[in-house]
Amino acid sequence: MLSRRVIPCLDVADGRVVKGTRFVDLVDEGDPPELAARYADEGADELVFLDITAAPEGRRTLLDVVERTARRAYIPLTVGGGVRSTADMRDVLGAGADKVSLNTAAVADPALIARCARRFGRQAVVVAIDARRTPDGTWRVLVRGGRDETGLDAVEWAVRAAELGAGELLVTSIDRDGTQSGYDTELLRAITSRVSVPVIASGGASAPSDFVAAVRDGGADAILAASIFHRRIYAIADVKRALRQAGIPARATAGVGA
Amino acid sequence: MNRTEPRGGLRVAVVDYGAGNLVSIEQALTFVGADVRIATQPADLEDAEAVVVPGVGAARPAMRRLARAGLVDPLLRWIALGRPYLGICLGLQLLFDGSDEDGAATFGVIPGRTARLEGAPTLPHIGWNQVERRREHVLFTGLVDGTDFYFVHSYAGRPEGATADAVTLAETEHGGRFVSAVDRGNVLGVQFHAERSGGAGLRLLGNFTRWATALTAGAGAERSPVGAGGTAGGD
Repeated sequence: MLSRRVIPCLDVADGRVVKGTRFVDLVDEGDPPELAARYADEGADELVFLDITAAPEGRRTLLDVVERTARRAYIPLTVGGGVRSTADMRDVLGAGADKVSLNTAAVADPALIARCARRFGRQAVVVAIDARRTPDGTWRVLVRGGRDETGLDAVEWAVRAAELGAGELLVTSIDRDGTQSGYDTELLRAITSRVSVPVIASGGASAPSDFVAAVRDGGADAILAASIFHRRIYAIADVKRALRQAGIPARATAGVGA
Repeated sequence: MNRTEPRGGLRVAVVDYGAGNLVSIEQALTFVGADVRIATQPADLEDAEAVVVPGVGAARPAMRRLARAGLVDPLLRWIALGRPYLGICLGLQLLFDGSDEDGAATFGVIPGRTARLEGAPTLPHIGWNQVERRREHVLFTGLVDGTDFYFVHSYAGRPEGATADAVTLAETEHGGRFVSAVDRGNVLGVQFHAERSGGAGLRLLGNFTRWATALTAGAGAERSPVGAGGTAGGD
């Protein structure tokens, strides 16, 4: 049976891991390869590396940092930020990423999802959706690191992205990001009930019980978090324990002690 | 953590035919002590002691790229000569007769076809899942039965015929059961990404290099030039 994945997220700006609140007020949290190695040792199931300043600065992904991170991890690595073409995706995969996350560029050019899936397989294509709640109870997509409104409905965009060839969706609640107020399980459920591809929940983790809720109430296949792991508020093992206690399959934590 | 033994380790050729990320497989094999070289043409196999064929995606473009690199016949000869081969993901699927994904004909080393996962609740099958052994093999030494490994795929090889049970080394459940590791003498294949399966994956790759070292040592004197452009095979 497929284990639910616990995924630390490395938001990288200028080659350093940072973390903000609702995508702003960034605080330095360390060196990407060092953190990657630490999380792999502590039982992370996967890593997400987001070059959060690439899209706003109109620049490509930091390939050297990606490669140094990939070489320290020995677990799957998804890289996002600044990927705008199949050539960009080839370079990021060539640097050691297993999957690439598309966000701003996919909204601007949805056919990019299909082109990337055709060229590299849909398993390598993650579409990241940054969603903000509206007063009418729906969610809208934002791009460029949460800076720009798009008017797209987040659930409809999720369905379309999966149809176009996304192998996975990384769904971030901007309202919850960095606030430690729990995942937006309603947003997650609205999407997981409409798509059959795996959904990674993101934004708002404060305690192991939030991860359980994202899976049980939100239907998430994987759960991503940054601050609570970077600041050692909880260990990955704490989250795995909570998942197992709730009857959710989680991979037994094992270090790289080959 | 950065244990590297660039010289003196088993010389492993990782076949590069443009079908995926080689950084992680190269890094993981180096970590377990192999002396890794990337093989893009037949000559690159010449001084190798073991071959690893990775890859993701569909069979037809993979076979086309392997053919363009002139690597199909050398790899078939490699296998026929009894030399150590490890297929990972697509590198396992290529061992079968063909793929239902796009109708491609593949190596035909193991009877059966690559078919879509049946009854899967989510596709692609992405994530960590338990690998349950059908029998013991050196590849799994030191690993608990049912250990989680990392999968990313929608298709899997399905052994057929009289040898189906014999070649099935392990199975995994995702909706239905599928074959997640095969063993046909000098040929091993794993559907999961050992190079991305943390400590368990590194242990398995270390087991592979030890198995390959033993196989090579026991192979005796007859060593034909596999990579030397079509003259191997006793003719």
